[in-house]
Amino acid sequence: MNTILAQLLNGLDKGAAYALIALGLTLVFGTLGVVNFAHGALFMLGCFCAVAFRYLLTIETVSVDPTQLSPWGQPVQVRTPLVQDWLGDFGALMVDYSVPFSILLTVPVMLVIGIAMERGLIRHFYKRTHAEQILVTFGLAIVLGELVKSVFGPNPWPQPIPSDLRGAADIGIWLGMEPRSLTYPMWRVIYLLFSLAVIGGVFAFLRFTTFGMVVRAGMADREAVGLLGINIDRRFTVVFGLAAVVAGVAGAMYTPLLAPNYHIGMDFLVLSFVVVVVGGMGSLPGAVLAGFLLGILQSFASMTQIKTFLPGIDQVIVYLVAVVVLLVRPRGLLGRRGVMEG
Amino acid sequence: MFHLSRKDQVKLAIFALVVVTMPIWLAPLGAAYPGLMQKFAIYAIFAIGFNILFGLTGYLSFGHAAFLGVGSYTAVWSFKLLSMDILPALLFAVLVAGLFALVIGFFSLRRTGIYFSILTLAFAQMCYSLAYSVLTPITNGETGLLLARDDPRVIDAALGAGTVGGAGLPSPALLGNSVTGYFGFYICAALLILTFYISQKIFASPFGLALRGIKSNQTRMIYTGFNIRPYMLAAFVISGMFAGLAGGLLAVTDPIAGAERMRWTESGNIVLMTILGGVGTLIGPVIGAWVIKYFENIFSAINKNMLNATFDFLPDGMQNIAVTVLSKFVGEGWHLTLGLLFVLIVVFLPGGLVEGYLKLVARLRRGRGTKPEAGGK
Amino acid sequence: MSVTSEKNIVLHAADVIKNFGGLRALSDIDLQIEEGKTHAIIGPNGAGKSTLLNVIIGRIAPTSGAVVFDGTVLTGKAPHEINQLGISRVFQTPEIFADLSVLHNVMAPAFARRDGAFRLNMFRATAREAAIRDEAESLLNDFGMWDRRDDHSGALSRGDKRRLELCMCLIQHPRLLLLDEPTAGMSRHDTNTTIELLKKIKLRGMTKVIIEHDMHVVFSLADKISVLAQGRIIASGLPQDIKEDPRVQEAYLGGAAE
Repeated sequence: MNTILAQLLNGLDKGAAYALIALGLTLVFGTLGVVNFAHGALFMLGCFCAVAFRYLLTIETVSVDPTQLSPWGQPVQVRTPLVQDWLGDFGALMVDYSVPFSILLTVPVMLVIGIAMERGLIRHFYKRTHAEQILVTFGLAIVLGELVKSVFGPNPWPQPIPSDLRGAADIGIWLGMEPRSLTYPMWRVIYLLFSLAVIGGVFAFLRFTTFGMVVRAGMADREAVGLLGINIDRRFTVVFGLAAVVAGVAGAMYTPLLAPNYHIGMDFLVLSFVVVVVGGMGSLPGAVLAGFLLGILQSFASMTQIKTFLPGIDQVIVYLVAVVVLLVRPRGLLGRRGVMEG
Repeated sequence: MFHLSRKDQVKLAIFALVVVTMPIWLAPLGAAYPGLMQKFAIYAIFAIGFNILFGLTGYLSFGHAAFLGVGSYTAVWSFKLLSMDILPALLFAVLVAGLFALVIGFFSLRRTGIYFSILTLAFAQMCYSLAYSVLTPITNGETGLLLARDDPRVIDAALGAGTVGGAGLPSPALLGNSVTGYFGFYICAALLILTFYISQKIFASPFGLALRGIKSNQTRMIYTGFNIRPYMLAAFVISGMFAGLAGGLLAVTDPIAGAERMRWTESGNIVLMTILGGVGTLIGPVIGAWVIKYFENIFSAINKNMLNATFDFLPDGMQNIAVTVLSKFVGEGWHLTLGLLFVLIVVFLPGGLVEGYLKLVARLRRGRGTKPEAGGK
Repeated sequence: MSVTSEKNIVLHAADVIKNFGGLRALSDIDLQIEEGKTHAIIGPNGAGKSTLLNVIIGRIAPTSGAVVFDGTVLTGKAPHEINQLGISRVFQTPEIFADLSVLHNVMAPAFARRDGAFRLNMFRATAREAAIRDEAESLLNDFGMWDRRDDHSGALSRGDKRRLELCMCLIQHPRLLLLDEPTAGMSRHDTNTTIELLKKIKLRGMTKVIIEHDMHVVFSLADKISVLAQGRIIASGLPQDIKEDPRVQEAYLGGAAE
């Protein structure tokens, strides 16, 4: 029982990342009709927002403290991050909590990047074929990846978990079980809760604002909304920006779980496309559901009991599910018929 | 139209001439090494094959690298088990890749558009992941499949033929002649010319016309009485076999096969080559493959010192700026150049370099009323 | 070929019913098409004309009943199989190969004719190739498009696309040609040209079914007319009988001033 619960939890945080990326992808599909292969790159840029934020925070002054001597009798060099100099303890806290604080940087940066991308490139591809959309966004993904590589280098940048949030959460107690019967890394719990909040936020935004209603109407019937004389173009830009922000924060918060490098985007992209397809093209709840489902499936497939029974299943389960879903139920779990067909 | 027209024959002759004289005209470009020229030929074969699927039918496969990888593994296994001769190796590479394409195509072609792309992607990723994990006994995992001195090589053993290569590892041979250097290149070149010829034949055949019909209007095809599934599957398998041939040749020129050849970004690369040159044209994919391989090997070798030397004539400050900026685009950063080039091509020249060339020619000739035909050189 | 009361019935839609959900689109359709005749199906919008055509062509399976073409039941057959039996179709919006040249557009259907079953004859020029090319060129010539044979067909005008589509159907020598509002959205001039064109085809003795609501077109071409209203055939007969039938006038001609 506990093993199963543990595997479930293991799947949930990965599933949460899939769900967040797939959510943005679906939003862009559904409203703009664009197949965005650069969406993984947006996730990657979010990761590097966190990296850059921490990098900026930890620019240090080096002072020599003559009152302290090292064991070799030389004065000790004291390194103080500038923020700590300026903001005192709060600065130190910021450095410790750099990952969550980086959201402050990620949101505006990703919004700008998203808007720039839509205005500069994506918008010219609304009327082109899906193949061409795939190609241009694939090229863009390469460019973004390489730009990041030329700034940050090819190696991964591990990000620390804030010191208070390291260690494990005793989930068993929350569920009324024996203490320490089911523990789970704290940060993963936070990531899960965070993504649920973001997903909830996006859904609430789409459900309860006029803007969101127009977007949902547009997903259902684009032409009709255009006929209402609503300025779709501007809304498209905002939707793309929103998708970029969701992908970005998903990336920024994921950095402590997986040290990002420049091709993390490509790695996540394929999986999230599979998620979108399994969930049903153009279905937001489908994307979220499929994200969690595939994360959990992947986690169960990597259990030793299952691996000995079906060797290699952990490697291919996601793709296998995608193939089966596409062949048996091409519109995915919750998708409508005919979306993006042909 | 459906036999090779005189025009096509001339094109074939020119193409053959260009390929065979590569060592001459590539020399001033600094790329006349047999190893590099082999890559030019091999990836051109791969791109020509991919173009038969994507160019003619419009079905965008994102999993073609799998067939390349399968071809490589098969060829190396043929070297290990049967013989160091490249004929069985290439034959099996083509056949096994074709078999994979038959299975993957059978399922993937049940869907169209983006769904087809994702299906091929998923299948290829499965091949890739399995090659790294469970199939390690066959693929030798991350190390890659290598030759060993004590491989059985039953045919060679039965014939009592000694293997070429002396004391070290045996090397691939064609009827007893070691396939290295220029000999290796000319084998690849001959196969490239053959591939080009086959591609010309397909383009000019009723089969090719049917494929273009499928790309143009599937509804009309169906209501015209064509059962399009077998046509699509045939195109998919042929194109997979070409990829297998390319993979086999990679193993022939360097007998090692690794799973990284099957990564989905490798599939992306072949798409890139085809688009860059000109999708749906005969010569475009070849040019695309050459340009990208040239960039990869020559552009990536440019370093800061070379740039400094080039911009020596500028004042110091400007020299620094120019070198700093440009160095991001060469050497390690050549992928950036490639990505940018690719985006620009898709945005401004969807027909690729061939279309660009034709537009240029048309502009130069404006007034004389000659209408260029796509696929021209 | 079965002979039914001295006339040759090529196509017989027998007791066809089609429901969409709870909605009855076609009820008790019994339609017989005689060989060599031009049979028009008319009716106001929403009468079920397109549904009937789609049932005939096998695109929609009837809820009950069957469509029989020359002794073969069409229900459950794939569109390409139905074409193989000798039924060609002209669409409301011309469906052509916009990326191919005009000549290739006409040649491609010829390769599918009767043996569209897959053949991978890429290395051998088919023996029929020269003949097919000649036939395509002569068809284009008949339809006044010969000098445009190398043009990109996507660039043709709507009227020319319709002509091209007709050529594509004719080169298959179909036993039955289905035309779905062949003049929809055309100017008066283009409509008249198309009528002339169809009259020309009529001389070839081909059986045709025309779905149309333009009375001018219908009465210029039809040998026999069936009137469809609210999913039923309310009248069937010669053009002059239909003209005078009070039920038809009430259901259709009287109401809609064409």
